[in-house]
Amino acid sequence: MAQKPMKIRAWMDGDRAMVKAIIFHPMETGLRKDKKTGKKIPEHFISEVFCKHGATTVLNCQWGTAVSKNPFMSFRFNGAKVGDTVSINWVDNQGNKESAQAQIK
Amino acid sequence: MNQSRRTFLKSTLAMGTVTVAIGAGLLSPSRVMAAQWPKTAFIASSMEAALNSLEGMNKTETSSAIKVDAPDIAENGAVVSVGIETSMTGAESITVLVPNNATPLAARYMLGKNTDGFINLRVKMRKTSDVVAVVKSNGKLYSAKKSVKVTLGGCGG
Repeated sequence: MAQKPMKIRAWMDGDRAMVKAIIFHPMETGLRKDKKTGKKIPEHFISEVFCKHGATTVLNCQWGTAVSKNPFMSFRFNGAKVGDTVSINWVDNQGNKESAQAQIK
Repeated sequence: MNQSRRTFLKSTLAMGTVTVAIGAGLLSPSRVMAAQWPKTAFIASSMEAALNSLEGMNKTETSSAIKVDAPDIAENGAVVSVGIETSMTGAESITVLVPNNATPLAARYMLGKNTDGFINLRVKMRKTSDVVAVVKSNGKLYSAKKSVKVTLGGCGG
């Protein structure tokens, strides 16, 4: 589960919108061992991220365990203007989810 | 006396139901996920197998229109910053692979119509490897790579 809410920043870079986001998530690979118990820590990772501009999907991500802890992402898209809403939703392999949105500046 | 016993039983029963509900809830997402999330591709142990399972082909054409931006030397394999940019028109998806990881497929990005062929992310790398970007455009796969030297592995294996 996310300890902290994700951060999204979106702004106009010329005529394109630029989005940067960071999600707080452990992204366990399932290969790491707990030092105290010696047991493997079960895998726990974000599998899918959906990014929308208003109601239009701009980016769908499918992630595996090789994406780093507290994943950072950025992308760019056309056809946006200042004040539009960008929303990001994610689900992980254990069924946790989070959604957040930001206004384009 | 009986009254409190009733209440106790009731609350215990209620708690039991909640636990069952949570149990069922925990089970269902993995089933739902299997339908959309390409599990076979993510657990594939070779790059070719992963691409085959994702796109139904593994032939990629090396393209200079794709730029992979990654460090020459990564001190920490757990966090390797990778940027991918392509000037290709009609790019449908960008797939990021690390061939020397146990499971090479790291991430796949499906681009919307208005989205630029531009992605930044951070990946884990077990050891020194190439970072391969595969772009799907007009039904063909194009690729570019960048070699990254890893001094400390990041997959905990």
